[in-house]
Amino acid sequence: MCLAIPGEVVEVLPDRADLAKVVVSGVRRNINISLLAEDPPAPGEWVLIHVGFALSKVDETEARAVLEFLAGIGQSYSDELDAFEDSHID
Amino acid sequence: MRFVDEYRDADRARALSAEIARLCDPGREYKFMEVCGGHTHTIYKHGIEDLLPDNVTLVHGPGCPVCVIPMGRVDDAIHIARRPGVLMTSFGDMMRVPGSDGSFFDSNAEGTSIRMVYSPLDALKLARQDPEQHVVFMAIGFETTAPSTAMTLLRAEAEGVENFSVFGNHVTIIPAIKAILDSPDLRLDGFLGPGHVSTVIGCRPYEFIPRDYGKPLVVSGFEPLDILQSIYLLLRQLAEGRAEVENQYTRVVPWQGNTTALRAIAETMELRPYFEWRGLGFISHSALRLRERFAPFDAEKRFDLPGLRVADPKACQCGEVLKGVLKPWECKVFGTACTPETPIGTCMVSPEGACAAYYNFGRFNRRRVREVSGA
Ligand code: SF4
Repeated sequence: MCLAIPGEVVEVLPDRADLAKVVVSGVRRNINISLLAEDPPAPGEWVLIHVGFALSKVDETEARAVLEFLAGIGQSYSDELDAFEDSHID
Repeated sequence: MRFVDEYRDADRARALSAEIARLCDPGREYKFMEVCGGHTHTIYKHGIEDLLPDNVTLVHGPGCPVCVIPMGRVDDAIHIARRPGVLMTSFGDMMRVPGSDGSFFDSNAEGTSIRMVYSPLDALKLARQDPEQHVVFMAIGFETTAPSTAMTLLRAEAEGVENFSVFGNHVTIIPAIKAILDSPDLRLDGFLGPGHVSTVIGCRPYEFIPRDYGKPLVVSGFEPLDILQSIYLLLRQLAEGRAEVENQYTRVVPWQGNTTALRAIAETMELRPYFEWRGLGFISHSALRLRERFAPFDAEKRFDLPGLRVADPKACQCGEVLKGVLKPWECKVFGTACTPETPIGTCMVSPEGACAAYYNFGRFNRRRVREVSGA
């Protein structure tokens, strides 16, 4: 749970300004973006996600570097991805 | 420099390592505490200490939210979960944390339903899906996680979800750092500040450390190069006779933090007069509880809790490890009675815990390797 994982925003839900669809390592899920209400992310932007909430925006280079780093840490990242896959925020 | 080739940019790692050596005064010992468990993980995984001169030591801090949960709170959660019609939820890392009568997994074997969720919003959704069940979310974590709990509470209130409550265990990082600075056990020369906590609280709350204690703090990212660079920045401050808060992780951490997140925490939660931290004891104003407005969603108010203080097992030296006084391998039960499969203390449970990180990556302390090999 301590990990923040980078995901690419692919869609902001039209009827729900607080939700966005993101893709994390190929898995597509909803996350809540209301913590970024002052500067909401748009499709194509990357965010750091922590327990279902976008915590901050990051640029793509940073996001890819973090992903590479997370891939290297092994088990705790795969546990986090499994948990993320089980998530169905609406 | 055995491990340097694992770095994304090995040349940069080598250059930083050389700069660090150049800045060190060989006649002096340097002790820096990395506050955050994420940093501990990177430090062991990548053998960062191998790139540092012998007189620079990294000391692990209390910044692993699972590790600081006292046994009594695990017992309280199990007590709630035993009530008929209750579904208890928490993050996966909580499932194996030992209480005085076993962990959540052990308790489930005896018939409770304690489920892991990825997000507090998933717990809220479970409540909405089954109005017959009361869903409790055991909230843990520092300021990184508290905004998510806050937003979930606001959502539950707006929707009027009646069968949902939060068992709040959020802790705040600043009082823990202050407790360590005030403890006579340890002399530190500076801090690596937590990266993700700082995206929320920003850099200003650390300013008392240089101001009142004369020690530098550098907010640091999680990659090996971030940590090396932060150590370099700390040493540079010391060499130049400065003590300041610096931000190495500007690509993610804004100086002022996330004001929306801070507002959500302030709207839903307030400081507790005191809270018990595993191993550190009671620290005043170091944790959050739900505000009166959210009493209907407060599991502590809805359920009668035993709230007993349970002493840590005698063999457990997590307190010393969390304060940085002992290295994990110096605990008497490390790797024998206490392993990630059969944890005695919390530091062995979460991958961010110092004992688990050290156990999993097993890189030995430099001096100890030399002692053992007689070199
Ligand atoms: S080895 Fe186990 S008991 Fe000892 S400090 Fe680490 S977690 Fe605690």
